[in-house]
Amino acid sequence: MVPLNNKKRTVSGLYIVAALLLLGIGLFWGLTGGLQYLIPGFLKESLSFEKVRPLHVSSVVFWIILGAMGAVLTYLQQHTGRQIYSHLILKMQLLIFIFSIIAILISYCIGMFGGREYWEYPPLLALPITIGWIFFLINFIKSVKSFRKQPVYVWMWLTGIVFFLFTFLESYLWIFPYFRNNIVTDMTVQWKSYGSMVGSWNMLIYGSSIFLMDKINNNKTYSHSNIAFILYFTGLFNLMFNWGHHIYTLPTYAYIKHISYAVSMTELFILGRIILKWKSSVSIAKKNFHLAAYRFLIVADVWVFLTLLLALFMSIPGINLYTHGTHITVAHTMGATIGINSFLLLAIAFDILNDTCRSFVPYKKIFNNGYWLASISLLVFWISLIGAGIIKAKWQLSTPQTLFSDMMLKLRPFFIAFFIAGTAMTTGFLLIIYPLLKNQLLCYFKKNSKEKKITGYYPSATFRIE
Amino acid sequence: MAPEKLKHLIAATLVITFLYYSLHLYLSLPVKGIPVANGVQKGKKVWQQNNCTACHQIYGLGGYLGPDLTNSYTLRGPAYIKAFLQTGTEVMPNFHLNEQEIDALLAYLQNIDASGKADPRTFTINTNGTIEQ
Repeated sequence: MVPLNNKKRTVSGLYIVAALLLLGIGLFWGLTGGLQYLIPGFLKESLSFEKVRPLHVSSVVFWIILGAMGAVLTYLQQHTGRQIYSHLILKMQLLIFIFSIIAILISYCIGMFGGREYWEYPPLLALPITIGWIFFLINFIKSVKSFRKQPVYVWMWLTGIVFFLFTFLESYLWIFPYFRNNIVTDMTVQWKSYGSMVGSWNMLIYGSSIFLMDKINNNKTYSHSNIAFILYFTGLFNLMFNWGHHIYTLPTYAYIKHISYAVSMTELFILGRIILKWKSSVSIAKKNFHLAAYRFLIVADVWVFLTLLLALFMSIPGINLYTHGTHITVAHTMGATIGINSFLLLAIAFDILNDTCRSFVPYKKIFNNGYWLASISLLVFWISLIGAGIIKAKWQLSTPQTLFSDMMLKLRPFFIAFFIAGTAMTTGFLLIIYPLLKNQLLCYFKKNSKEKKITGYYPSATFRIE
Repeated sequence: MAPEKLKHLIAATLVITFLYYSLHLYLSLPVKGIPVANGVQKGKKVWQQNNCTACHQIYGLGGYLGPDLTNSYTLRGPAYIKAFLQTGTEVMPNFHLNEQEIDALLAYLQNIDASGKADPRTFTINTNGTIEQ
């Protein structure tokens, strides 16, 4: 197999660049949707909320998916020390995804739907996504060659790739009348697939962040350790069986709910470990705080704790009864997708895209401002959603119940806070991704980056901000 | 047992259990074999093609801008829903649905309504944290 060099590796880096662009697009649609909460009827005739919401959700979901694919495909090459099995497949996969995403976003803009929540586009567009994902699987398996004595992140990548494919196909079982004819059946299978699908992309991202952690620490001990595998199997167990917490109020089988409740509680082990390790985590964080990538790992760690705590509470059916259908669920989703997934992917992006012809040092101030603005505003954003959720939960359980529109008026102060925090967070993220994209663009045209032969496991220094 | 073999054994056990669980669920769906009227099928299509779920929830799942519609058929009645669909609201656009599409959507909402109750006030919480209806 051909040895790895930087020029070849930039193809997988393009996934990260495309992902960052989608993050920018997703944030723009997020703000537009936020405005529609504040100004009733805003863009109602041209781009009403049923178009804006999927535009926002799909953009950010594909930011996560493309970013995760780029991370795995780049780190896989660094892990094996060899080029990817097929660059043709790698390029085709990227092209398929880019064209599919463009088609999906256009279909939303013109109001052409047909799918279901989170995959609202016409179902035919699921076909290229499936093909692209199969390419990903082929390239991964052929590149790894042997799965014997592999570190935990390789297990996590394989799990994420296989389970995403399985759950994505499962989420389309509704096209068969056998599955879609009854709403309870339909929603049971729908949320079975969605619940596990999120776990699948988490596997790709968490696996990549473990690789990055090893790379920063220059030590592979953790990724081969027993505790890493215990945590991995706990995650896998939850990916497979805890999806029932989404449908506690659906009149489906009780055993689905009991299994989910019991399985979710195993996450207490992960929470307990975070609490026990916090002191050493803080001291390592202080040591590595000057590294841009590490800063995102630190803030993601805080969000793992907050999101896991909230998730554990929401997994108790008696508490879920109050939080279900309220903005507390949205807070949980935002904590997971922004606080954990996005910050981890930014850590990865700063590592992978670091190897350009231009330095990041002139952007130190911009980066610092963006980092703190995004981190603090996300917390305000999250708290405002929880506040709105508490008011809605009280309303849902009140008798007599006031009108829905009256309840929404009460939520308005929270929506204002949510929109202001969302605007600040968007600004923060744009300040963070600006130097990354600018350097990539300038270096692409400059084409003066010499091909450097990469030897072994630690190919690039991580961007330092001090 | 060597740790490598143990890892493979745990992974294989989990995967087999997951596949069994999935297959078992597919073969013994919570509700199956009930013939569904054409109107309901068409209503589901109208629901999906207009992305109603972006704003509305069914059993608490979906968007947050509009109300949960699981039991709206009983609570509000078909005439009330029809009026909303024909004119839109301050927030909801008029989707310009024709009569057949509106009737199909109403049949779909009626079908959902008959499947159960989504109101959290109809549940009781047990001491072990589980809920019952």
